[in-house]
Amino acid sequence: MELDDLTHTSGEWLRGTGPEADIVISSRIRLARNLAQFPFLSRSDEATRAEIEGLLHQHVSDLRLPQPLTYLDVQKMEELDRRFLVERQLISRELCESSGARGVGISSGENVSLMVNEEDHLRIQVLRSGLALEDCWEEIDRIDDSLEDKVTYAFSEQLGYLTACPTNVGTGIRVSVMLHLPALVMTKEIQKVYQALQKIHLAVRGLYGEGSQAMGDFYQISNQVTLGKSELEIIGEVKDVIPQIIGYERKYREALVKEKRRDLHDQVSRAYGILRTAQTISSEETMHLLSSVRMGINLGLIDDLEIPTVNELFIHTQPAHLQKLRNSALESGERNVARACYLRERLASSNDVP
Amino acid sequence: MKQVPHEIHLCEDCAQQYLNQDEPSPASEPEEGMMVKLQLDAGDKELAELDKNVCPNCGISFREFRSQGRFGCPHDYVVFGDELEALLENIHDERQHCGKVPKRAPSDSQRQYQLIKLRSELRKAVAEESYEEAARLRDEIQAMETALSQGTGDAD
Repeated sequence: MELDDLTHTSGEWLRGTGPEADIVISSRIRLARNLAQFPFLSRSDEATRAEIEGLLHQHVSDLRLPQPLTYLDVQKMEELDRRFLVERQLISRELCESSGARGVGISSGENVSLMVNEEDHLRIQVLRSGLALEDCWEEIDRIDDSLEDKVTYAFSEQLGYLTACPTNVGTGIRVSVMLHLPALVMTKEIQKVYQALQKIHLAVRGLYGEGSQAMGDFYQISNQVTLGKSELEIIGEVKDVIPQIIGYERKYREALVKEKRRDLHDQVSRAYGILRTAQTISSEETMHLLSSVRMGINLGLIDDLEIPTVNELFIHTQPAHLQKLRNSALESGERNVARACYLRERLASSNDVP
Repeated sequence: MKQVPHEIHLCEDCAQQYLNQDEPSPASEPEEGMMVKLQLDAGDKELAELDKNVCPNCGISFREFRSQGRFGCPHDYVVFGDELEALLENIHDERQHCGKVPKRAPSDSQRQYQLIKLRSELRKAVAEESYEEAARLRDEIQAMETALSQGTGDAD
């Protein structure tokens, strides 16, 4: 698999299937691990970084996974390609923006990614479409076990897996579920959800994790505590609140349909209309309108467009993806024109009824 | 103090902007490292002391850790052990790992964690006056302690 092969495809986790997939976009688990015999990265010089990268590169490449894995050298990569992988959720902004020896192993279906020399020596991530945290855990636990056969992780009996930042120590686990909550945003009920989750120590973040905005009404719910609870307890705590949030979102969607059906239908149709006809459009407006259209499909207000197409458009209309698709560097203004053009093409072809 | 509601009239686009800015923005949350920094605020006098506390392994001082929010090596957790306790409790509300244990760790340590868990379950059972459950847990703990002290822990 070459990086450019990814340009026209999309990850399996975007296929819009799995339990509760109308509201739950994806489930994700990541583990933070460090090699016992090396300092953490803030205290590693170039030679040490390269040594860690070489060692983990080897072990990651040797992994036997259900899908073939490709290892990419992030240090040698162009900035556009690095940003492309961030938009794709395959690497973090930290891995994209830092310097020195680093890399990432990616499975062909884009469900598994193993980042080398991020904040920790190794960050393992497993993604699934819909609400599927148990599946994520099963797979990531297996990958972690097979690496553990080969390397000695920094681990203490009292504090568990030792990580560069004390907020990850213990299990090193981050369990996240990405939700699409347009009705809760529209009715401003999202604030209550946000406050309730904070009280039980769950974090709410935007599409691209820590510090990012909640674009397109996407919210990521994840655990903050990593020490003193088992992995399954932590997964359980995140999993337990999801049905309640889904229930709220459904309740407010139904109320909107019942009380303001015409307004809602109008809003959704206009959003669809703009996306199909605009000549220039920003990334923010695209996200906002796609969010309306996505909800419209789920409520049966739009019937000639599929959810996986919309999921894919959220990713493919972002700056690095557009430039990869056009095969050239584009200024912001040029991108807006290219984005509108791409949207018109994609939405016209999806309407070609045979 | 009670806030007085006020009415505003906005077009669809402005309403959208208004909603978005009014919404609690996850972006305004301090980054993880920042949180560590803030929780560790101390007086100048203490700073000199913290500078002396240096990890012999990676050379990072506790003060450097404080300002970066990142450790230099795994051994820091041992070197800064005392200072860290309050911090970890602040972040996680706990100080004892009870999740996955690498296969390479001694098998006995896994049992130690089970004991910790069983003891906390026992405390809970007693507090809830579930005496049958408490008796069962006490037996399990005793059996495990005996096994550990006799070194008949794990055959593998």
